[in-house]
Amino acid sequence: MTISSERPSRRGIFLKLGLLLNGAVGLLLAIPVVRYLFSPIARERKPGYRAWVSLGAVESFPAGQTRLATYRNPVVTPSDGETASIPCWVRNVDGKQFQVFAINCAHLGCPVRWFPQSNLFMCPCHGGAYYADGSRASGPPERGMFEQRYKLEGGNLFIEVGDMPTPGAVASISVRRAPCA
Amino acid sequence: MRLMGRMGRWFDQRLQLGKPMMETLAHPVPRETASWFYVFGSAALTVFALQVVTGILLAILYVPSAAEAWNSLQNLNHQVTAGWFIRALHGWGSNFMIAIVLIHMVQVFLFGAYKFPRELTWIVGVLLLLVTLGMAFTGQILRFDQDAYWGLGIGASIASRVPFIGPAIVNLLLGGPIIGGATLSRFFALHVFVVPGLLIAFVGLHLLLVLKLGINEWPMPGRIVRRATYLQEYHQLTRQDGIPFVPAAVWKDIIFSGLVLLSVAVCAVVLGPFGPSGQPDPTIIQTAPHPDYFFLWLYALLSYLPPASETPILLIAPAIGLAVLIALPFLAGEGEKSWKRRPIAVLTVLLAAVALGSLTHLGGYTPWSPVMDAWSADPIPDGYLKGRTALERHGALVLQVKQCRNCHSLEGTGGLRGPALDGVAVRLTQDQLIRQVVQGGGNMPAYGNNLSPAETTALVAFLETLHPVGQAPARDASQAANPR
Repeated sequence: MTISSERPSRRGIFLKLGLLLNGAVGLLLAIPVVRYLFSPIARERKPGYRAWVSLGAVESFPAGQTRLATYRNPVVTPSDGETASIPCWVRNVDGKQFQVFAINCAHLGCPVRWFPQSNLFMCPCHGGAYYADGSRASGPPERGMFEQRYKLEGGNLFIEVGDMPTPGAVASISVRRAPCA
Repeated sequence: MRLMGRMGRWFDQRLQLGKPMMETLAHPVPRETASWFYVFGSAALTVFALQVVTGILLAILYVPSAAEAWNSLQNLNHQVTAGWFIRALHGWGSNFMIAIVLIHMVQVFLFGAYKFPRELTWIVGVLLLLVTLGMAFTGQILRFDQDAYWGLGIGASIASRVPFIGPAIVNLLLGGPIIGGATLSRFFALHVFVVPGLLIAFVGLHLLLVLKLGINEWPMPGRIVRRATYLQEYHQLTRQDGIPFVPAAVWKDIIFSGLVLLSVAVCAVVLGPFGPSGQPDPTIIQTAPHPDYFFLWLYALLSYLPPASETPILLIAPAIGLAVLIALPFLAGEGEKSWKRRPIAVLTVLLAAVALGSLTHLGGYTPWSPVMDAWSADPIPDGYLKGRTALERHGALVLQVKQCRNCHSLEGTGGLRGPALDGVAVRLTQDQLIRQVVQGGGNMPAYGNNLSPAETTALVAFLETLHPVGQAPARDASQAANPR
């Protein structure tokens, strides 16, 4: 009972058919598996992924000051807990113009802190520092802080958020000041 | 006993594993390999077994949910009987495992064990190092605290720098747009199923290769490995001067493994579990995240790389390092095995050890980071204020209030990001001080917009007093004839 390469036996053909069948079913099954695994990337197309959220009344951000604000991320899953509460720095430039900075350092994403006395943002991880307007002052960051789009509506300050800003994904976020509504 | 013997025979009649097992255990090994230098591989395996057992014990109570994980660790630490000890065993076991794997790798490298015919054993070993580090990184994430949260941010920021597909990789890594529940559960799956699965598969392959090819003989200076003759020489060595692995060689492995387990247990009892540190709540920004011990060198490297070269180095250097490790047995598959005749190999190990050691040491006290509370916590030393004018004392106040101390130290307290200011007046003239403060430069922010002219004047007046007694401050040479 050896498998002859010259005259394929009936069993040999059935073996190949069986392998083919398993391969075809495997490919079919792979489609939903791959889609499942890559769903975090595909999710970006769904509505509500990036959304405008309120940071509260404009009055809570006095002119000339920079204050910490927090918001709930627009996309939340039940197991997110506190991680869906995200902080950001709001700078009221002159009562009319605002700047909203992501908390994440433009170097490697650590939480930057605002020091009103020296008008600097400083990062505790690798020593990045930024001026009050978010531009790079010193340290390893290659650019200024990540700025988020904002609008004023009904006396409230809204910002457009959705994903954690990272140095490689700045194209969607680095839009400077949106026109006031 | 007779019943045991009968039962044993009953099983063996069916399993038929007894004979091959006994042959494997008693296989001859070269006499000199029954050495204390050959115990690290088995010790790594023993610690891995400890990690599997303690890991399963922790999984009984750990909750892989971003909302619950931190609380479940607190519960393990404080409520569950011996919960803290199981966590401590698992944490210290992880540190010991990495340390032993590294020592094992250095020993194998210095003893030339990667040469023909053990190339594949070495390559699987390199993969084992990678998955061990993968276990350490994913495990650090499961201790879902502030360090884990911001560590994920660092990982995502690095991944995002991959050209074109960076943002997609970030979403895949985080399981969504932000660090959250999906992130933790996928790292749980990696740490508990995927990476250990790979680890077990690679360990099996590694052991199979060791058994098939035989343990590396003790390297003798002058005994050259040649592909044509090596196998014959090795078999001659084991046949003529071999000893059975069990019990002649294995007793050292067993004693060393026992000592390692004991050391892990002692560390766990005396030093306790690792963390968790603060809650993984991103709105608590009063934190200075830092990675676990074995990633401190990377943390230090990330602060010292010049900004412009950071992305290419981060993305390309690991690939080159991995390629070099994998290519090693093909580039140097023959020749001398003894480290006594391989000075470059010894120097390479020393260089790597010094580099990693220095970076780890620096990562331990992060001289590049501003000390965030130095301005409010470290007062100006008294000696620097005695006998000063009102203007100079006001300058000292400006120095303090404007957070200069976060980066500059006085008498050893304060940040180390910038130079110590104790003798700054010797280095810079008045004009240079003013320019440095106002314009910044050399990694210092410009303070021109933040200081009023009066504050700048006061600050520079104080800085000019900072010179050792008896050593004159720096003067502008062009104005030397016209002293102030």
